[in-house]
Amino acid sequence: MGLSLYTSMTQWDMLSKAQFVGFQNYIRIFTEDKLFLKSIQNTLYFTFLSVPLQMIIALGGALLLNSQVKGKGVFRTIFYLPSLIPIVVSSVMWLWLFNYQYGLINYFLNLLGASRVKWIDSTKMVIPSLAIMNIWNIGNVMVIFLAGLQGIPTDLLEAVDIDGGRYWHKFRFVILPLLSPVILYNMIVNVIKCLQLFVEPYIMTNGGPVNSSLSFVLHIYNNAFKYGKMGIANAMSWVLFILTMIISLIIFKTSNQWTFYEGDKQ
Amino acid sequence: MRSRRIGAAIGIYLLLVVGAIICLVPLFWLIRSSLMSTENMFKLPLILFPREFRLQNYVDVFTMVPFARFYANTVFVVTFNIIGALISNLMIAYGLARIEFKGRKLMFSLSIGTLMLPANVQLIPLFLEWNWFGKVNTFLPLTVPAFFGNAFFIFMLYQFLRTIPRDFDEAAFMDGASYPVIIARVIFPLMKPAMAVVAIFQFMFTWNDFMSPLLFLNDTNKYTLAIGIRTFISTFYTPWGVLMAAATLTILPLIVLFFIAQRYFVSGLTIGGIKG
Repeated sequence: MGLSLYTSMTQWDMLSKAQFVGFQNYIRIFTEDKLFLKSIQNTLYFTFLSVPLQMIIALGGALLLNSQVKGKGVFRTIFYLPSLIPIVVSSVMWLWLFNYQYGLINYFLNLLGASRVKWIDSTKMVIPSLAIMNIWNIGNVMVIFLAGLQGIPTDLLEAVDIDGGRYWHKFRFVILPLLSPVILYNMIVNVIKCLQLFVEPYIMTNGGPVNSSLSFVLHIYNNAFKYGKMGIANAMSWVLFILTMIISLIIFKTSNQWTFYEGDKQ
Repeated sequence: MRSRRIGAAIGIYLLLVVGAIICLVPLFWLIRSSLMSTENMFKLPLILFPREFRLQNYVDVFTMVPFARFYANTVFVVTFNIIGALISNLMIAYGLARIEFKGRKLMFSLSIGTLMLPANVQLIPLFLEWNWFGKVNTFLPLTVPAFFGNAFFIFMLYQFLRTIPRDFDEAAFMDGASYPVIIARVIFPLMKPAMAVVAIFQFMFTWNDFMSPLLFLNDTNKYTLAIGIRTFISTFYTPWGVLMAAATLTILPLIVLFFIAQRYFVSGLTIGGIKG
């Protein structure tokens, strides 16, 4: 940690001796490096697009699996499968699925009468494409939701039935409050994960087209290992760390208003 | 009332089936493409179900790049990671849960605190550190860290240890057993399910890890599968069929493991979210 803090204040290309430059690296990344802000923007866009959608879909899936249906186990297994796939493999796989001419997704769109979409080849669609791919990988979040749902006492749900409530009431007044700590957990874990976006753009787009999928970590990586600016890259790592902390803190602080812990009742 | 319930059931099934299809289709497409020749893959309209299976891609995987070597490297790294994770995390969790010493609470918060620290933030310091030791391009940076424990596992084992009565330890202690003996003979047998979760998750983490091999390995002969796959992709010519075959071979052990040890996956995942 100490080494990292020191390096972030040096100008160092790994070959010569490090030169101490104080906070200059931090000033430089914010003022001179236009791509730096762009990469933060891309990463935040990706995070805010994929986390809420993924959580809603995962919660929906968990609710479905928690109902009285046969073959739950089979569906749960199938929904979990994508989470097993290493990111490298899913990147390669989706690269092929998103292919403009020969990809399966555009084939289906064509079949439905829509025109082909330039998925990862267009500046507008590339981040949403990565978000779709991230949402596909839903198993972990859903399994955690499902375990949370199974922890909800049935007598509370029956009480709603007796009072003549519909499913919506159960969801709104029993399930949602009791599940809120799990929602918080999933949210924090996923936001942190999304802010670390790296492998997908590295493999699929290399940050392109025109840097529209350049993620924060990819930019750090490029600076460190492509341009050999270790000091700058290290300073960026620190900014990423602080940004992650701030966002997590904001979520934690605001969560007091919407999370409900049974232990707090007394 | 009754018809409405049936309607709801049909609706649920419909949604579940659609979801299942969305989850499975990409995997189907992966396998389908791995069994086709390049010219058939690039035919319009697309051939959804290949008429004949072409296994040549699976042969090419091994001749185009040293893929068997990648496999062996990955197995090697994974084995050491599992051994390291099992030993270190059990010892650390035991120390934190059972042994009274000064600063125990602080140690616990510190090690759990690293859970919040995203791995990518530490990348460059880690790289510099290993570079300092002159061990870049060896397997050491990929295996040694496992012997220093992992916050997620420590937390999980710590929670599990709290369910084991202290009487067991104390009885063994009375009989003159030392801490290592207690851990090995008393605690470990009781913790087998939790240890299985550690082993399986460590397997997954390491098998899937992309970042560390990317940073630390330069020599193609040392590549693990995760970065080995990348060698098929090039801007000029990407042999899609072979690439898909390589990807299929990479996920195969994971799928097999999942079906053998499914229940451990669920318990490992939920421990952080529910009990924490």
